[in-house]
Amino acid sequence: MSGFETREAQKPGRTTSAYDWDFLVQDDRVHRSIYADPEIFAAEMTHIFGKTWVYIAHESEVAKPNDFVTRKLGLRPVIVVRDSDGRLRVLYNRCTHRGTTLCRQERGSARNFQCPYHGWNFGNNGKLRGVPWPDGYTQDIRDERFNLAQVPRVQSYRGFIFATLNMDAPDLLNWLGPITRPIDEWLDRNPGGKIVVCEANRFKYKGNWKLAYDNSSDGYHVIYSHRSLIETENRMTAEPNKGMAYYKNSPDSLAMYVQYMGNGHHFKDKRPNLQPRQGGLWALESLHPGMEYYESEFRSRYGERADSLLDLAGSEPVNINIFPNLSLLGNHIQVFEPVSVNETNAVWYGTRIEDVNGDIGDALEGINALRMRTQEGFPNFGEVDDLANFEQIQRGLDCLEDEWIYMNRGYGLPDRIKHNADGTISGPATDEVFMREYIKEWKRLMSGPAHLTIQREP
Amino acid sequence: MSAQIKDPSRSSYYVDGDFYRTLIERFGDWQDDERIVNDHIARDMFRSLLEREARLLDQHRYEDWLRMFTPECVYWAPGRPDGGDPRTEIAVIFDDRRRLEDRVFRLRTGYAWSQAPRSRTVRLVTNVEVFSTADANRRMVRANFLISEFWDDETRRLSGWCGYNLQHAVDGWLIQAKQINLIDCDQCIRNPSILL
Repeated sequence: MSGFETREAQKPGRTTSAYDWDFLVQDDRVHRSIYADPEIFAAEMTHIFGKTWVYIAHESEVAKPNDFVTRKLGLRPVIVVRDSDGRLRVLYNRCTHRGTTLCRQERGSARNFQCPYHGWNFGNNGKLRGVPWPDGYTQDIRDERFNLAQVPRVQSYRGFIFATLNMDAPDLLNWLGPITRPIDEWLDRNPGGKIVVCEANRFKYKGNWKLAYDNSSDGYHVIYSHRSLIETENRMTAEPNKGMAYYKNSPDSLAMYVQYMGNGHHFKDKRPNLQPRQGGLWALESLHPGMEYYESEFRSRYGERADSLLDLAGSEPVNINIFPNLSLLGNHIQVFEPVSVNETNAVWYGTRIEDVNGDIGDALEGINALRMRTQEGFPNFGEVDDLANFEQIQRGLDCLEDEWIYMNRGYGLPDRIKHNADGTISGPATDEVFMREYIKEWKRLMSGPAHLTIQREP
Repeated sequence: MSAQIKDPSRSSYYVDGDFYRTLIERFGDWQDDERIVNDHIARDMFRSLLEREARLLDQHRYEDWLRMFTPECVYWAPGRPDGGDPRTEIAVIFDDRRRLEDRVFRLRTGYAWSQAPRSRTVRLVTNVEVFSTADANRRMVRANFLISEFWDDETRRLSGWCGYNLQHAVDGWLIQAKQINLIDCDQCIRNPSILL
């Protein structure tokens, strides 16, 4: 890899061979300890959030040289920066002198990062530029061991930046595999295939991070966990037809489906429920601030184009879940951040569009204003109820002797699951097949070795 | 357009470009020392209004609370400490009249698991300052708040300050806009499901 010469392999300090992984993860159920054991969580921080690709930021957040955001890779504080030469880097946010957190801002623009403790000063490529009174050292302070540690592999897919400490992980594109198709479709409905991150609805809950990842393609919980949302969205309609009301009767008989996409990724596709026409997405939207004004304005001003413009404000009914921590849903980029075995942050970054091709013109302000309001709906009226349920799962896990969590919906029923030519596996909307499959990948990663590597500029 | 269709509880025609522009302008730079209303009777009247609002919320009297707002109101918790621009940024909350009624409706369904059982709250409202505007029938009010919320084994505090745009109507002053500035609005919050 150009620009890097040193590699420091982490000692395999934590071995996971003491666990009987085949006992903990079975075909149709998993043991409570995978959500509740602090030692397993600690191992996940190397074997998952280290050994596999992890989503770390979106390129629109670090659009220009010197732009940075501070994030975590698992529990490691990092600075995601576009360095002065325009290269994306993920620097450990840790002064090499005494380990102090170097940058305490959440975002900004900086050519250098200076440690507030003793004043060591690093360029945004991670190289140590200078220290106060260097003549006080016998060693050459320019030795590369004093340059910031950084994540050796940083790759983007269409704006989504991923990082891994595993030199043997497959190339990002290969690792994403078939899930690139829904990602492409999710992006390509926006002008120029682009979106810009714009603030977030931010939650934390007292539960394990996998409870959110398990839930992200779960079509079984919708009608009950989100009952208050669905009743609210349809309070003015005689026959419920807004939002996720299509789950109401027999969801498994509909054309929507869940799909396991390989490498831990899974996908829930509710687009088959849409009317197949321009405006079909908009027709499903429940009631949002400004909706009637902008709709009537667009119809009178833009005629037939109004439907496609309104669709840009509508929430795409998909859940594209990229293991272990990214979920694209509606127009959101949701990120799961593990905090401890029983604490997780769930950040719902909003997205807006830009007039990339110059054909949106005056409609842009209205589309984005509507798009902000449609995005605020679910986090406010839906997510809060899921999070309350996740917390109560975590509490239930304290029942030590009642050991099993089931993922068995659809398991063993003939003809329910389809194995597709591209290696993906699909099932009806409420099937838990995606959970059974992704947790096998989790088991594979957890049970094998983790050889992690950091690098420093020479 | 008939009055029925334009009922802001049923449809949302008033949240248009001008509405956003006016809102951003009003909440841009209004805390002007020159405009502080020092008359203690006026200040006390607004203080009472905010104390009543806090009590109605603590007592879960949401329908009565809704009546403190103008028909074409906004209830807004920005996602950035500087307020930001709700046309291009996600807010923690941005409700028009209908969505605010949705919010109350949802809590009343009995299926809002984030509020089952519901939170108990005690709200302190302090540091009330009243500012005049160019319109004699409009005032801006700033107040700090501290909400003690008990939910699920935990008593936590939500704090910040609110900016109000109050409009004089036939039967007194009504809230046209309430901007809730949580001090940790850009941080992860556990179960943000109570009315603020």
